[in-house]
Amino acid sequence: MADVYNKAGFDFSNHVRNSFLQSKGVPFPKATSTGTTIVGCLFKDGIVLGADTRATEGPIVADKNCEKIHYITDNIRCCGAGTAADTEFTTALISSNMELHALNSGRKPRVVTAMTMLKQYLFRHQGAIGAALVLGGVDSTGAHLFTVAPHGSTDKLPYVTMGSGSLAAMAVFESQWRKDLDRESAINLVSAAISAGIFNDLGSGSNVDVCVITAEGTTMLRNHVTPNERGAKEKRYKFRLGTTAWTKESVRKFVVDESVTQISVPAGGEAMDIS
Amino acid sequence: MSPISQPTSVAFNPYAENGGTILAIAGLDFAVVAGDTRQSEGYSIQTRYAPKVFRLTDKATLAVNGFAADGNIFVKTVKQRLEWYRHAHAKDMPLRAIARLIQTMLYAKRFFPYYVYNILGGIEEDGSGAVYSFDPVGSYEREACRAAGAASSLIQPFLDNQIYFKNQVAVSGTSHPKHLPILDVLSLVTDSFTSATERHIEVGDGLEIYVIVASGRSLTELSSIAGIEEVTGSASATDRVFVIRRELKKD
Amino acid sequence: MELNGGSVVAMVGKNCVAIASDLRLGNQALTIATNFEKTFPITDRIIIGLPGLATDVITLKERFRYRVNMYTIKEGREIEPETFAHLVSSTLYERRFGPFFVEPVIAGLTKPSEGSVPFIAGTDLIGCLTLPKDFVVSGTASDKLFGMAESLWEPDLGPEELFETISQTLMNAVDRDAFSGWGAVVHVITPDKVITRTLKGRMD
Repeated sequence: MADVYNKAGFDFSNHVRNSFLQSKGVPFPKATSTGTTIVGCLFKDGIVLGADTRATEGPIVADKNCEKIHYITDNIRCCGAGTAADTEFTTALISSNMELHALNSGRKPRVVTAMTMLKQYLFRHQGAIGAALVLGGVDSTGAHLFTVAPHGSTDKLPYVTMGSGSLAAMAVFESQWRKDLDRESAINLVSAAISAGIFNDLGSGSNVDVCVITAEGTTMLRNHVTPNERGAKEKRYKFRLGTTAWTKESVRKFVVDESVTQISVPAGGEAMDIS
Repeated sequence: MSPISQPTSVAFNPYAENGGTILAIAGLDFAVVAGDTRQSEGYSIQTRYAPKVFRLTDKATLAVNGFAADGNIFVKTVKQRLEWYRHAHAKDMPLRAIARLIQTMLYAKRFFPYYVYNILGGIEEDGSGAVYSFDPVGSYEREACRAAGAASSLIQPFLDNQIYFKNQVAVSGTSHPKHLPILDVLSLVTDSFTSATERHIEVGDGLEIYVIVASGRSLTELSSIAGIEEVTGSASATDRVFVIRRELKKD
Repeated sequence: MELNGGSVVAMVGKNCVAIASDLRLGNQALTIATNFEKTFPITDRIIIGLPGLATDVITLKERFRYRVNMYTIKEGREIEPETFAHLVSSTLYERRFGPFFVEPVIAGLTKPSEGSVPFIAGTDLIGCLTLPKDFVVSGTASDKLFGMAESLWEPDLGPEELFETISQTLMNAVDRDAFSGWGAVVHVITPDKVITRTLKGRMD
C-alpha cells in the first residue's frame, strides 16, 4: 500500500498484472493524446510559439479547449504534442527543476538548460515517454528555439513545427517565413500556421493559442483566434421536471434545521426529581 | 535463424475507412435522409464535398457510408438496376422492392463485401414515410430512424431519446407522439450533426439533408426553409424530393 | 474498461454540479451485479466517479480516502476540488508504466467562502487532466455520452433541471452500450445539500 512518503519516480507494480490482462485480451483504455499542431518561430525581438487546443481520444474530441503551451520559466515556454499526460508532467517536472536551478545558481535560466534537461530525461526513458516538444525562450545569450523528439533528439532551427499537423503548418512557414519579422507579422504567421493545422489536420482543431517571448517579457495570448465557435442549436433540450423516473431519493442537508420548543415552567420552579 | 526460410505474405488491404456519418428519420408522410460531406482517411481530409446521400427515384433516397469507393460503385449499380426496372415496367420501383434489391445486391458479395452501411429513405406505396437500414452484407430492417457511420454511436442514443422518447415519462394522461412534425425533425437532424461535428474529428465541412415528401402533403412548411431546393426528377412525379444544404465546422 | 464495464458523467449547472454513474458490474458480457456504484464521496462537496476495472475502482477509492485523510490532517482543512483533481492526476501518473485501468471524473463545489463555484474534471488512465466548463464523460459508453451531452447540455441549468438533463444523458447513452446500464444513480451537489436519486432504468 501507499507509504506516507512515496519513493521518487515511477511505480511499476501494476505492470505484471497489466501484461497478464493484456495477454488475456482485455483491451487497454487509450490515453488522451494531443493529435496537435504546435509551432514556433524566431522573429526580430524573440520567439513566437503557437498551438491549437484540441485533445483527442482516438477519433473523439476529449477536450475542445485545452492548453498546450506550458510554463517552464518566466522567459521560457514549451509546446507539447503526443501523449497528453506525458507533455503535461514532463514540462511540469522540468519547470520545477529549472526553478531550483535558477535559485541555486542565482542566474536567469537559459533555454539550453531546459532543452538539455528535457532531452536527457526523455532519452533516459528511451521514447517510452511520448512527449514531442517545441521549446522556446529568450535568455542572456539571445532567443532560442528547439524541438525535442520523444527519444531525446533535438533540433535548433529558426522555425519549427511538430505534431500531426506539422506538415500543414510547415508548409505555411516554408512559404512565408522571413528573417527579422516584426512582432505583429510573426504572430500572424504563427496563427496562419496553426490555422493550417486546425483546418487541414483532423487531429488538430478549435482555437489558436499564441505566446510571444522577448527580452522584455512574455505575453500569453490564450485563444488568440477562435474560428470554431459552435453556433446556436436549432432546438432547446431542457426537459420538463419529472421526465426522468426514479425510485429512491436521499437528501443530505448541510444546513441543520433547528427549532426551539418553549416548555413552560411552573412558577417557583420545578421540584427536583428524587424518585 | 532456421535454414528453411518461412513463407512471407504481403498483405494488401483492399478496404479503407473514409469517415463521415449518415442519418435518416421517417415521418408520417415524409422521410428525411442526411449526411455530412467530409471524406477523410486517417488524419487527412480528402475532400470537403463528397456527397453521401443520393436521390434514386422520386420516392427513394439512399445514403451510403463507410468505404467511399465501394459506396460510389454501389450507388451507381443500384441506379443502373433501377433504370433497367423502369425500362422493363414503365414505372419506378417501389421503395420496399428497392430495399429487397439492395439486400440481394449486398449479399451477392457476402465473401467480398461492399464495405458500406446503407440507409434507404423514402415514401412507401401506401404514402407513408419509411427508413430501411442495412448492414454491409444485406441484413435489413424498416425503422423510424437510424444513424450510421463514424459518429453513429454519438447520434443514435440522441435519436432514441428525441424520436422514440426513450426514458422520458409522458405527462400523466397523455402519450408521446408517434410521428414528429417535419420542422422538428429537420431541427433534430441539424442539431445531431452540429453536435457530432463538435465531438468527432471525421464529421464536418457540410451537411446535405434530403427531404422526400409524399404526394398530397402540404409544402407550406418547407417553403419557409432557407436555401431549400427541389430535386424531383420527373415533372409527372407525385412524390417530391428536396435538398437542404448547410455548412458545418471545418476543423 | 470492457472487462467490468461502467460509465460516469458529470455536468455543471447554475451554482450546482451533478455526477451520475450506472450500476452494472460485469465479467465481460456476463452481468455479475446491478448495485455497483462507481461514485464515491470525498468530502461533503466533492464526489469522484471511477469507472473502469473494478479491482482498481476499489483500490483507488481507498487510496484516495487515505491520501485525502492525510491531506486533511497535515493541512488542517478540507481539500478543495481543484487540489483533489491534481491529487488524482499525480496518483495516476505515478503509475505511468503500469497504470490503473480507470478514467476518473471529479465533481464538486469550492468552499462557500469562495462562492461555492462548480468544478468538474476528468482524467485519462495515466492522469492527464481535462477541465472543461460544461461536462465530462468517461467509461465504456463515453462516445455515446459525448453525443448525448453535447446535444442536451446547456448553460445555467438549476439543480432540478440539471438532474433531468444528466439523467437523460446517462440513461439513453447506457441503453446503447452493452457494458453499462442496469440502473443508475445521480448526485446533485448544491451549496446547501446533496440530492441522491436512484433512477428507474432498463434492466437488460
